[in-house]
Parts: sequence; structure tokens; C-alpha cells
Amino acid sequence: MHENRKNFGGLAETMYFCSIIRNTYMNFNITHPENLGGMNERIKRLRQENFDTPTTLSIERALIETAFYKQYYGTMPTPVLRAKNFYEICKKKTLYIGKDELIVGERGPVPKAVPTFPELTCHSVEDLHTLNERELQRYTISQEDIDTYEREVIPYWSGKTQRERIFNHVSKEWEEAYHAGVFTEFMEQRAAGHTAMDGKMYHEGLLEVKARIQKKIDSLDYIYDPEATDKQQELEAMSISCDAAILFAERHADLAESMAAEESNPQRKAELLKIADVCRWVPAHAPRDLWEAIQMYWFVHLGTVTELNGWDSMNPGHIDQHLFPFYQKGIEEGTLTRDKAKELISCLWIKFNNQPAPPKVGVTALESGTYNDFTNINIGGVDRNGNSATNEISFMILEIQEELHELQPGLSIHIAENTPDDFLLAGIKVIRQGHGYPSVFNPDTYVKELTRAGKTLEDAREGGCSGCIEVGAFGKEAYLLTGYLNTPKILEITLNNGIDPETGKRLGLETGDPRSFTTFEQLYDAWHQQMVYFVNLKLSVNNYIERMFSLYAPATFLSLYIDDCIEKGKDYYSGGARYNTTYIQCTGLGTITDCFTTLKKHVFEEKRYTMDEVLKACQCNWEDKEVMRQYIRNHTPFFGNDEAYADDIAVRVYDDLVKAIEGRPNTRGGETHLNMLSTTCHNYFGSVCGATPNGRFAHFAISDGTSPAHGSDSHGPTAVIKSLGKLDQTKSGGTLLNVRFVPNLLKREEDMRKLGHLIRTYFKFGGHHIQFNIVDTATLLDAQKHPDQYRDLLVRVAGYSDYFNDMTEQLQNEIIARTENEEV
Amino acid sequence: MVIFDIKRYAINDGPGIRTTIFFKGCPLRCVWCHNPESWHAQPEWLFKQKKCIGCNCCGVHPHQLEWIKGDIKEGKGEACPTLALECCGREWSVDELMEEIEKERTVMTDSGGGVTFSGGEPLVQHKALMEALQACRQRGLHCCVDTTLYASPEVVRAVAAETDLFLVDLKVMDTDKHKHYTGVDNARILENIRLLASLGAPILFRLPLIEGINADEENIEATARFLTDLRPLFPDSSAQLRGISLLPYHEMGRDKHARRGTIYNPENIPMSTPSDATLERCQKQFACYGIEAKIGG
Repeated sequence: MHENRKNFGGLAETMYFCSIIRNTYMNFNITHPENLGGMNERIKRLRQENFDTPTTLSIERALIETAFYKQYYGTMPTPVLRAKNFYEICKKKTLYIGKDELIVGERGPVPKAVPTFPELTCHSVEDLHTLNERELQRYTISQEDIDTYEREVIPYWSGKTQRERIFNHVSKEWEEAYHAGVFTEFMEQRAAGHTAMDGKMYHEGLLEVKARIQKKIDSLDYIYDPEATDKQQELEAMSISCDAAILFAERHADLAESMAAEESNPQRKAELLKIADVCRWVPAHAPRDLWEAIQMYWFVHLGTVTELNGWDSMNPGHIDQHLFPFYQKGIEEGTLTRDKAKELISCLWIKFNNQPAPPKVGVTALESGTYNDFTNINIGGVDRNGNSATNEISFMILEIQEELHELQPGLSIHIAENTPDDFLLAGIKVIRQGHGYPSVFNPDTYVKELTRAGKTLEDAREGGCSGCIEVGAFGKEAYLLTGYLNTPKILEITLNNGIDPETGKRLGLETGDPRSFTTFEQLYDAWHQQMVYFVNLKLSVNNYIERMFSLYAPATFLSLYIDDCIEKGKDYYSGGARYNTTYIQCTGLGTITDCFTTLKKHVFEEKRYTMDEVLKACQCNWEDKEVMRQYIRNHTPFFGNDEAYADDIAVRVYDDLVKAIEGRPNTRGGETHLNMLSTTCHNYFGSVCGATPNGRFAHFAISDGTSPAHGSDSHGPTAVIKSLGKLDQTKSGGTLLNVRFVPNLLKREEDMRKLGHLIRTYFKFGGHHIQFNIVDTATLLDAQKHPDQYRDLLVRVAGYSDYFNDMTEQLQNEIIARTENEEV
Repeated sequence: MVIFDIKRYAINDGPGIRTTIFFKGCPLRCVWCHNPESWHAQPEWLFKQKKCIGCNCCGVHPHQLEWIKGDIKEGKGEACPTLALECCGREWSVDELMEEIEKERTVMTDSGGGVTFSGGEPLVQHKALMEALQACRQRGLHCCVDTTLYASPEVVRAVAAETDLFLVDLKVMDTDKHKHYTGVDNARILENIRLLASLGAPILFRLPLIEGINADEENIEATARFLTDLRPLFPDSSAQLRGISLLPYHEMGRDKHARRGTIYNPENIPMSTPSDATLERCQKQFACYGIEAKIGG
């Protein structure tokens, strides 16, 4: 609603009758079978099974690993130890082949069973109880398993986990800033994630990879290359990792064969034998048909999420480009039908959704309510030569996504200037369903982002987005996302001369009492100094953590699939990748911009309020200051309205963040960059931040990604994209824009085409990403009241989709509060 | 010119994505009007009770709606912190307006959209409208005028020369009823429609469909006949006659009246949203005349 429109009577409600909302709630009732029309019976059953299966914690991996470490730790070089540990898990892990499955393999012993990774972070007995008992996204575990864990696992890892290594190292300043919520640290409990594949696995089996590794080992120069021994150890480890994955597949083949022997249904018997054939062939050899190609990917995916617990989004990359040749060949030879291809890809989709994230330890076990490892499937876009890459599989994936309507995988359509309009329209038709996907990316911008950061044009075009909005060169880059930076919190600390009013501790620099500032520039300068200080504090620890992964937790299996780890004889975590980037994620651009415009206009320019009055109002959380708060909310130019006053400040903040973060050397021969995303962290960051000058109450969420703050944008979606377009987004590794649309804005095909134009216009202005939340407030309020009736309600939260019912009330309220771009 | 709203990303006011400019002032008083704040040509204060926090910054007791007619002291209305009290409409120069319109240029031109002048009745401020239209046309922007056509033929003729597409309401065909429900005679309006037709001006007809007012078979029949009779008037046969859009009624005006301190539909004329069955029947009636009737903008 246009509540704080300037200049005219606040009356945007001037539309004719045509734009009146009709309560056409979009298809949220997806459990109703009539909406699952396109799926065949097998996929319906698999989907239902996935839906009904509870999430459980499996201690199997931890037990295998602990026993292995007890016996072998210290007897072999770390990479070899890690590879053999991986081999051991592949050898001993309980296998699962479900009765309807065509694509096989699970991370745990059964679907939705999540292993733990005690070498990185070891859950306490208390953590396990919390996970077993908490209301949101419960991970069930038996008392017997908890007892075993307490006896076998916990004592061994105590003091030896990656997490302890990190927290034992960090300075008091870092730790206090971390606990106060100035920044987060991704890699304190999980390995770096955000990894996506290029197409090489479809052309080279692991036996060939092994041969390539051996050739590399044979060519090592132990006299003139002082790193030759390190390389040899790493390469040996990579070779063992190949064996592990092949063994894992062979075991599945054996299981499928023995199941086939017992199977009385001839059709299923034939399927099981085919599964066995496929698993005997891949990943040892390059796939020959679509089935093998999909199973190949799935084994690689499982390998990477079994060796380490990488943060979200092990990702197939441009899967439509990868699978299309197999599809085409199958259709041409008459060995494949479109329906069969769709069924096989749907089977993979079910697999993605079988992977809840490994839960965290400590306080976060209670707080992180919902989480699923996310895989953001990229479709459309361009190929390595810059041509439009949209193909039949791209359209098929849109169909599958709409039919399955699962939490994972996520989906993004990539709309370059040369992407055909019919693909964009097909994507918008899925957007209209209101499930929160696909999100929309602009390859024309991210190719520039990647080349600016040093990638070749071809590698950049093969890149895309892996998890939320962050970009990488698929199959060639180790881009470590290291944590979020809370920019409004830094302003709060600045306004208190270096002290955090929430904890009472001095966290920042003494940049002066803001009451003594006479110009806005003085204030901005003070914030800038604090920001640079905290960025440096964070970066110093990032480098340490990177080294800890290199030394204790190399990813010898993942390294097989990231160029040029084999060529260099170096691990993914040791600079083996062709490109090595370290990212910091900056959040709260909208909130901090609005705080700055508030102070600039009302304190320094118009002098309506003194700094002291504003600070006191923030201290008392606007108690008895509602008139002042309302005046600020309604009479300040805020970010997202295509007004230079605010947008210029947003650009300045953004540019200064870029300057502070970008270009520092990391430990892997690469450098640091920033991206602008928040996932759900804007809620956490809000919860640790007191009231802010823009009229925000204490502990309310800050703005997400690069979106305007909640309720700040009032001039419609074009004004929002114009404001966002003023940021030079090519300097980032991704920005995020959430725009909420009510379904009635997309009633007719004509309306959807118009949304297509809006997207293309934003991309013309250099936009990186845009996503739409197609819901209406009435639906959401009702969903809060009657969660049972909205079990399937998916809502998009800053970069990923989640079930509305699984969200905290705070997050639900935030979704509801977001400005609706209603035309009424 | 006095403008009371500018809406960006307007998708129901003509082709493509448009920027709609709402002119203040209207000679009609349609009982169902949802924009009563557009009636008077001068800026006026509106009050949203729900947003009022009773701070008294405006100097008026929050429960005294008399202030609408009375005097809000200089600078007091603007002090309202919540915008419960807000001035509707202000004077704009053409340059200032064009600057605002230019913000939307890319999305407008890329989508095959443009600018729509609406209101109120934009022809009331026809001099300003002409200037704005000319400025837009000079910049190559597609222009729609959403009008009642309750104006002199000279004005209509002049505006037609600068307009790419007219959006014209056919509210009620019966003259007496039209006068009763809108306050003005429709003879002039219908004559102007015929004038536009003879000039070959493209027109998109719209019918705000209201059960109890104009959704009856007789009125639909009369509307369809009128459009049929109009066909031969166009120099280029029926090319310019693009069918008709049926815009189902909604009671949005009620809240708007409350904000101005006036009463919505004071005579309690029964009006309601047409049922799906009615919409279907109307579409069929138009179809008998070979006229496509679409639901919505």
C-alpha cells in the first residue's frame, strides 16, 4: 500500500474497478491429488513417501569415522587420512534402495536421515536432546543412539573439532563482536559450501580421472618442486577418493541385484537389474544415457556431502545443458521418451528433497528452526559461447518443479538478453503459482561480475548461482562464503561511540560522541571507520579458518571435480581451484540507508530533532515517542522509491563496503569480495540490534539482501528496481531483491508478460537477481491461525523457499509485513 | 495543473506497462465513484481515521471531521506524523511532470506501454492536458486518455489530435438513468464518442458493471447496439473498435468518502458486484453483436 507517498494525497488507491482484488488464492492446496496431474504414479508415491518420512539424525557416519580416527589418526598424511576415512564410510555405510526408486543412494542409512560430522563440530548430549525435542524441524534420535554417541563419539572428539580449533584461536575482540551479532561465521561448524559442477563428469568416468591423477603423480618433480611431496599426498588421496565412490556404486549394484533376485514383480525386477547395470557403469565410466547421467551426478553429489558437511548447495550447475545431449540422443535413437526422461529427472528431484541440513550445535540448535540443504537449479541462461542455452530440458524442469512443489531443489531461471520470451513466460507461470520459485537471474550482469573478478569470459558464462544468489564459476572455483556482516548494528555501535548498547561492551572504536557531530559527513565517517575495523577483524579470522580446513579437513573427493585441483596437485581448500574467492555477505543496506537519511534530514539539515533526542528515543525503544517515530516513518525519503536523496546514500554505503572488503589476499592465492545477501540472517541480526533511527523497533528484522526495508518502498515495483539499479551490482558477487506480488497482479497472460518486461527492465539496469513472493496477506494471516490447513504453504525468504508453518512467528510476521505491491 | 496521484507500474490502464497521471476535478458525480477525492479541482485535505494517533499535531481534535470544510492552519496539516491527514492534490508544472514520467521510460517503452491521463476528468484541465500530451508525444511516448468525454466537441477534437488511444466509459445508455446516477446528461458524451469515431480515433470502451445500475439486459443490449451503430462511422470500418472491457463493481468508494467527510451513496441506491452468471450473460449479449467483451482492464 502506498501509505507514505509524498506530494499528493496518499491516494494510490485510484484504480478503476478492474484492479480490485478477487480472492483467487493461488494453488496452495498441493496435497490435493488433482493438482499432481502431470506426475506418474511412481513419482506420486515417492513424493508422498518423502513428505511422510520424518527427519532423523543418524550416528552411523560418526561411529565409522570415530573408529577409523582412533585407529589411524597420526599414521598417515592428512589428505590420505581424509580420503581413507571417506573410503571407510563408503564401504561400511548402510545402503538404501527404495521400492519405487530409479535413481539410488542416500546420504544417511534411509531418506531424510542426516549424519553428523564430529570432526568439524561435535553435538553434545544436550544438543541431541534439543534436536529430538524442539518443535521446529525436529531431528529425531533414539535414547540408545544418544547413549552410544555419548560413549563412543563425544569423548574422542572433545578438544579436537574444527570448531574448538577456531574458538580457541580467536581474539577476545573477535569473539565479543561475534557474540554480539556484528557478524557471523559460516565455517565454524560447517565446511564451505556453495559449490557447483560444470559438465566434466558427463564426459569422464572416475577410472579415467584416476588415470589422469596417476599421470600427474608420475610426472612430479621431487628435486626441483619443493611441494612435490604435498602434491603426491594430495593426489594419492584423490585417487583413493575415486575408489571410494566407485566402491559405493558397486555396493549399490550388488544390493540391487540381490533385491532383483527376490523380486516377484517382473517389471520391478527389470528395473532393479537396470539400476545394477547403471551403478556398475557410473561413476567409474562416463555415462552413456540419461539414466546413467543422472545417477552419475547423484553419486558425485552424495560423495561431496558425505566427505564433509559443506554449507548448502552442492549443485549440479547448468543441468539442463548437461542433460540435454543425453536426452536428444535417447529420443533420436528411440530408446527414450519424454515421459521417461521426466520421470528420471523427477526421481532426482525427490533425492534433493531427501537431504535435510546437518543440524548445528550449541544455541543454534534451538534457534535455527528450519533448514534444508539447498540446491538452486539453474536453467536457461547462456552457454560457454554466450549463446542462449534454453532447451527442452529447461522447460521440462519448469514442469517438474511445478508438479512436485517440494522444498528442494530450489529453481532459478536465467534470463539473458538473448533468452527467448517464451521461456521467461513459462517461468513466470510457475512464479504465479506462489510457491516462491523460480527466482530470476541475469547472466548478462553476473558474467560481468565474474570477469571483473578475474574469470575468463567462457568460465564466467559457465558460471551461475549455486545457493541463494551468490555466483561462481561452476566446476572451477572455490568460493567460500564466510559469514554475514550486520551493517545497521555497526551504526548502532557508532551512535554509541564504540559501545554496543545491547551487551554494554566496548566492541568498536572510539569515533566520538555523535551529539558532538555538526555535519552528516562526520557521522558517516565515524560509521565508515567502524565498518572498516569490523571487516578487518572478520577477515583476519577468515584466513585462519581457511588454513584449518586446508590442514585438517581437505576435500579430496570434491577436488576431483573442481578444475584445476588435479592439475595443480592441490586441494580445494588449499588453492587447487582455478579461482579462489572469499566472500563476506553484507546485510541491511535498506535499513542502514534509511537510518542515514533520517539523521541527515531531520537532525543535520532540518534540525527538527537533535541527535540526543533520536538517541534517547532509540534507547527507550520509541516508548512515548510514537509521534516522532511516525513522523520519521512517514516524512523521510527511504531507499527503494527511486529518489536520489536516499538512493545516493545507498550507493555510497555499498561502494564503501566494496572498497573495504574487496581485493584482500586470502590464503589460497585468491582474494576477497563481497556479496549482498542475508538468507534468514536479517532476522537474527535484527534480534541483536536495538531500536534504530529509521523508526524500527528494537529486535525487529533488518532489511534483507539489497531489498528496501520493510514498509519503506511505497512507489511500486518499478521504483524499487530503479533504486536497486543505481548500485553497480557488477562489483558484487550477487545482490538479492525480494518483491512481493499479490496474485491478482498476475491474473492474465498479459499481466505475466508485463511482469516479464519489469524483469527485463531491471536486468537492463544491471540487476543481478529478483524474486517474487506471490501471496496475499489474508492467506498468510489465515495460515498463521490455521497452520494445519496450509501445510504445503511455501514462502520465499531471502534466497530460498521454506514452509511457512516451519517458520518462527517472527519470520512469519515479517513476511506479512513486507510491502505489498498491490495495485489497489 | 492539479494532479492528485501518479501511479507507476499501472497494468490496467491501456497497453503495456503505463504511468497513470490522475488529474483532479470532474463534472460527473457517479454514485459508485471510487475516486470522490477527484471531484473538486482544488487540493483538499483527506483524513484516514485509522491512522490517526490523536497527537493533535494538526491542531484539530481527531474526532472532529468538520476540519474537512474548516480551516487547517498554515503548516499544521503537513505536520501530521502518520499521514492520517494528508493533502490530496497539488499543482504540478509540465516540466516537473515530465521528469516524473521519464523515470519510467525504459519499462514503459520496452513493454509497449506509455502514459495514461486519467482523473477525475482530465479534460476539465484541458489546457494543461494538451501541454502534457504534446510534451509526451514529442518524447515519443504513447498516450492514453481515460475520459468521460463530458466536454465540448472542440476540446475533444483538439485532444484527439494528440492522443493514441482513448479509454471511454459507457456507463448507462438510458439518458434519464445516466443523469440520475452520474449527475449529467449523456447526450453530449455519446455525441463526442461519435465525433471520435468519425475522426478515426482508436477507442477502448469500458463498462463499469454494477448490478442494480447497468447490468440489466436492457442496458447491455442498448450498449451493444450503440457500439454496432458506431462502426460505420469509423473511416476505417471497424478497425478501431476493440470490443469492450467489463469492469466488475467494487465498493471502494465508501472508504474514500469517509476520508473526505462525505457520505458514500447517500440515497442508498442498491448496487452490488455482478455475479459470474451476470458477467457471462453480458458477454453473450455482446457476442451476439460480434463484440468481444473482456472481464477486467
